[in-house]
Amino acid sequence: MTGAKRAPRAALPGVAAIVSLSLLAGCGGPSPDTADGEVTLEFLSLAWQKQSVDANKRLVRQWNQAHPDVRVRYVQGSWTTVHDQLLTSFEGGEAPDIIHDDATDLTDFASGGYLTDLTPYLPEELRADIPRTAWQTTTYQGGVYGVPFLQEPRVLIANIALLRQADVRIPTARHPWTWAEFETVSKELTRDRNHDGRTDTYGVAWSLKEPVTQSMNLSLSTGGKVFVKGPDGKNRLRFGPAESAVPRLIQRQVNEDRTAPTTGLGMAGADTLPGFFAGRYAMLPLNFSYRQQVRQQAPDGFDWTVLPMPSGGGADGLAQGVAPQTLSVARDSGHKQAAVDFIAFLNRADHQADLARGDWLLPTSARALKDPAINARRYGWKTGVDVAAALRPSPALGIRGYAEWKDKVATPAYQQFYNGAFGVGELRDRLVGDGRRILDRYQR
Amino acid sequence: MTGASSPTPAKVRALRIAGGTGQYLALGCYLVFLAFPLLWLLSTSFKSTRELGSLHPSWLPEDPSWDNYRAAFEAQPLLHAALNSLVVAATAALVSVATAVPAAYAMARHRSWAGRVGTVWILVSQMFPFILVIIPLFLVLKNLHLIDSIAGLIAVYVVWNLPFSLWMLQGYIKAVPRSLEEAAAVDGAGRLRTLGSVVLPLLAPGLVATLMFSFVTAWNEFFFALVLLKSPENQTMSVILTHFLGTEGVADLGPLAAASVLATLPSLVFFALLQRRLVGGMLAGAVKA
Repeated sequence: MTGAKRAPRAALPGVAAIVSLSLLAGCGGPSPDTADGEVTLEFLSLAWQKQSVDANKRLVRQWNQAHPDVRVRYVQGSWTTVHDQLLTSFEGGEAPDIIHDDATDLTDFASGGYLTDLTPYLPEELRADIPRTAWQTTTYQGGVYGVPFLQEPRVLIANIALLRQADVRIPTARHPWTWAEFETVSKELTRDRNHDGRTDTYGVAWSLKEPVTQSMNLSLSTGGKVFVKGPDGKNRLRFGPAESAVPRLIQRQVNEDRTAPTTGLGMAGADTLPGFFAGRYAMLPLNFSYRQQVRQQAPDGFDWTVLPMPSGGGADGLAQGVAPQTLSVARDSGHKQAAVDFIAFLNRADHQADLARGDWLLPTSARALKDPAINARRYGWKTGVDVAAALRPSPALGIRGYAEWKDKVATPAYQQFYNGAFGVGELRDRLVGDGRRILDRYQR
Repeated sequence: MTGASSPTPAKVRALRIAGGTGQYLALGCYLVFLAFPLLWLLSTSFKSTRELGSLHPSWLPEDPSWDNYRAAFEAQPLLHAALNSLVVAATAALVSVATAVPAAYAMARHRSWAGRVGTVWILVSQMFPFILVIIPLFLVLKNLHLIDSIAGLIAVYVVWNLPFSLWMLQGYIKAVPRSLEEAAAVDGAGRLRTLGSVVLPLLAPGLVATLMFSFVTAWNEFFFALVLLKSPENQTMSVILTHFLGTEGVADLGPLAAASVLATLPSLVFFALLQRRLVGGMLAGAVKA
């Protein structure tokens, strides 16, 4: 018994240690506003490539020099963890004032009431400089919850030597391949060079580790929508011929024509690069920023080019969905106008062009898109600029329940479909039938 | 029985040699298996960007260079982050073990239904996913002004490590013969004296093992550090490593490998320094002077 009575006393040093640590740290907590009225804004940036981080820090420095009363503190975040990090800090009321993220995250955060509607704060100059289609990516239930500032189309990165050997027409944004031409070209590029019955070069490698976004975004080129708003204002799923044209083509290339390797189905974009450099694949449909990886990793003498994705025909044939990178303001921020002023500063045309170059992305600003460096032919910059006008909001944006539909229904369904497990009818049943139940739950 | 002849000494020796060789071979294979990720990481950290993009990766870098290490140091404040991690992990390990020793002693020596319930609760508490506790924890720490503070993270790690440390130490304490404590009591030693002079020296291997566990857990922990620390000057190594990752699985692979090698070294050094104590301390001090 005596021992039992003494046990709590024995634990006292530990408790005391924790309490003293708490008190110690409590003395040095950060404060956004200093005593002399100076404001400090926290800017969570997800820039990660050196050139891009440098550009961000340089702009923050410039701002701080010009605005001694409204200082900005650069805080480094990470794309892989930003959602959980933000969700926790929103719930805890400790979110950064200015938040760098992408448009897909904004739906949940805006509907959760964590972000400021920027409508009353945005300067007219910034509003006018970014096209309406880009603003649509951050508009949710009439409010604007982020400034879309960098965007990324999907392009074809191609081995130009193989294209020349096959003597195929090199497409441009003005005269792109149609999807049918692309299929034919892929066949011409697919080669069994040593005649051993095995393909040495595939026309294209579809990296389909994340099949849903890619399939949906590309289906805009054939008039596909996937999510349509009903007369009651609720989102409905649709998977008709327009929505299924590109997925069916990919499935044909992988399972029937064999112009695309089945191994690509489990690959992320970066995984396909070694095969591309080794001549295993002639073309890669990849996001625009992959050009930097290609430039860094390509062996000496490897000649590559950037082509627009094929067209579905008509005026919107080059359309594809994008989810731009965005800059938002936390609803708990005490200095909303100052935060938006800083965002506007970052989005001055010359600054936005700097940031875009650093990340190998396209700026959304019409004036930044005219920057000579962004229009260089080298490394395919000009191809990106040429397709910029065709970029549309990704069908995934603004859909509550999209993340659950994607994870539980669409990803396994697309994966099995591309694997040849079933046809387009079964894919439609799963996407629309199973998906309806999820969407209904979010739209009650 | 008549047909069964006992093996000759030469046969016995041959069998013994074969058995020993087999054991060493199996051990060697196991070590290679365990060391492979580390060796591959080391090799990757010395490869050029071009080599990293090769379809046929080589075991050894063709043209080894320090470029990835240089790039990693240029891109991120690795030394500062390592120092933060060291302070956090070492302090958390020391405090959690110091806190756990008396509690584990009480639980090991004074069995009651409360002790049994406590023991089960310790196990259950290890099953909570981080994401479940992070928001309430965040709010508690916010009220204590411990968000974005190294001390706050240490406090979290102490609390997080404590149950398992208690569990581990309890087992080690139970292994110490009660008769030694009774002998100390006969000599007039009180409980604290018995704990300090008799039990603790015998507990050295257990303390070292628990320290190692707590240190490595805190060193590698990512999620709490990510959510609780905002300022670049406070961030730990595990958080800094994610800054080499971009969108859609794109990574700055060379510098990431270099930074990961650096992040692995302190744990290895810590193990190397303490592992002697782990095996050497057994029964030290058990002899009554």
